[in-house]
Amino acid sequence: MDAVITMENLRHQFGEHVAVDDISVNVGRGEVFGLLGPNGAGKTTTVRLLNGLYQPAAGQMRVLGFDPVTQGHEVRRRCGVLTETPALYERLTALQNLRFFADLSDMPALEARERIAELLAFFELDGRANDRVSTFSKGMKQRLALARALLTQPELIFLDEPTAGLDPEASLQVNELIAGMRERSHHTVFLCTHNLYEAGRLCDRLGVMNAGRLVAAGTLSELRALVAPGLWVDARLLRPFSPVLDGLPGLLRLEMNDNQLHAQVTGEDVIPLLNAELVRQGAQVVSLTPRQVSLEEIYFALQGETREKDENSATSRGAGAAQ
Amino acid sequence: MNWKHILTIARKDLRETTTNSAVWIPMLIVPLIFVVAMPLAMILIPRQFGGMESLTNDPDLQTMTAMLGPEIERFMGSYTSEQFVIVMMLGYLFAPMFLILPLMFSTTIACESFAGEKERKTLEALLYSPATDAELLLGKIMAGLVPAIVISWLSFAGYALVLNIAAWPVFGRVWFPLPHWWPMIFWLTPALALLGVAITVLISKKVKTFMGAYQTSTSSVLLVLALLAGQAFGVFTLNVWVGMLLGLLIFIADAILLWFGARTFNRKAILAAGD
Repeated sequence: MDAVITMENLRHQFGEHVAVDDISVNVGRGEVFGLLGPNGAGKTTTVRLLNGLYQPAAGQMRVLGFDPVTQGHEVRRRCGVLTETPALYERLTALQNLRFFADLSDMPALEARERIAELLAFFELDGRANDRVSTFSKGMKQRLALARALLTQPELIFLDEPTAGLDPEASLQVNELIAGMRERSHHTVFLCTHNLYEAGRLCDRLGVMNAGRLVAAGTLSELRALVAPGLWVDARLLRPFSPVLDGLPGLLRLEMNDNQLHAQVTGEDVIPLLNAELVRQGAQVVSLTPRQVSLEEIYFALQGETREKDENSATSRGAGAAQ
Repeated sequence: MNWKHILTIARKDLRETTTNSAVWIPMLIVPLIFVVAMPLAMILIPRQFGGMESLTNDPDLQTMTAMLGPEIERFMGSYTSEQFVIVMMLGYLFAPMFLILPLMFSTTIACESFAGEKERKTLEALLYSPATDAELLLGKIMAGLVPAIVISWLSFAGYALVLNIAAWPVFGRVWFPLPHWWPMIFWLTPALALLGVAITVLISKKVKTFMGAYQTSTSSVLLVLALLAGQAFGVFTLNVWVGMLLGLLIFIADAILLWFGARTFNRKAILAAGD
């Protein structure tokens, strides 16, 4: 994999608080990498580290071949960033906002003019180009901020919560744009979000963060295999029934709830066996639906595991201290 | 150092400042009072209502003149009593007051530029730009410094115009600027404007809002008030040499303050202060 971003044992602290804790992950060229995690997990700090806004306490990183610590301005010249808040100059017009950032990026005047016109038209803001940003709706501001991130046609784009606070229509538009960026222009996208639907739909690979740590990283199937191998089968029975399925080959887990049965199995080949066994035991099966573990389930399973580990280590530390 | 970045940042900050009425209205009103209203009131009202005579014989004013030293006293001896009052009031006693202008202009614009951007949460996008920390700092210093000096100089030109026109019936010639005003305008004014910016750079790390920064940094006006009191009580006379020396001391103070400010002006510190 041609890595655009590499992080090795990256760590960052604010005083005593560890915001990013020993992160190691690579992001390949043309990939959409999603970083998931609750607020305060360390996603924004990671983006700031990768753009040279912070200096890490430990670890190594490269972005587009540059070291963000010593060559931050080179990284920022080649990257586009959509910040968590649009961070636009509200007293300036849309055009003035984009021109300012084009000048700071050393874009030649003619190229900047053409690119700005193109982006304003693409984001349907060309009719409002000379209006102050303070008169824009939230969705329009987010579109303008996205236009700013794409201004220099960057090789790598960081999107920090791109749909936060947007209405469904504007969110859909932004998501389609991100999907389009991957398909049409092969941009590499580093997406920070806690919108799991968005992440599942857009990302090639995902990383799950919690309390500064990267709990897991991989494709959706890899994460699925990590958390819940195989697949789930949801069975609906006509009446409540308690089958005995202990010996069924390929059955990993079973959950019963009145006339609903949820079975985790190793693969699709187990489904006919499960059906046959249920019928044999007298269950009246109405439907049997295989389903993949959702990203939401994976995410909460990973977050739960981390919390459990943290609690256990805190308990053992407490016990050690007591001894 | 990329000067295009520096100028772009300064231009943008100025554009933002000119659209903020909370910033430019005081910057318009204060010079109007200092440059037009006060000199006109001091020249025209006593002449109109015959108060110039009593001012000429005012013992306090004469004591004050004596305190300014023999050099000034000799210089004042060449004026008629009516001219003496005008020169004394508007040429000498008012001179340190005029120095409030560069300090006020620079702190107002710099507060808007540093703290205002933090308050409106626009800083982060700027920090993600390719501009280096030094370019960001210089751009913002220029945004505060250059207009402050230019507006102060324009105010000085306006003041000279008003004094010469309004006092024409008394003098019958162009009598202003007096010699000690030249170092004040072209040496002390830039020094004080830079002082306003330097103080703002230092405090902007701690203060999150434009008003907070403005209130703190305008306390630097006390320095000018000290000058005013110092001259009024005869501690010193703001002549050419005192003006030059004072300017030099303020420039040294500027350099020290900016060195401290620049040392901690980096993206990490700015973000930490804004979060």
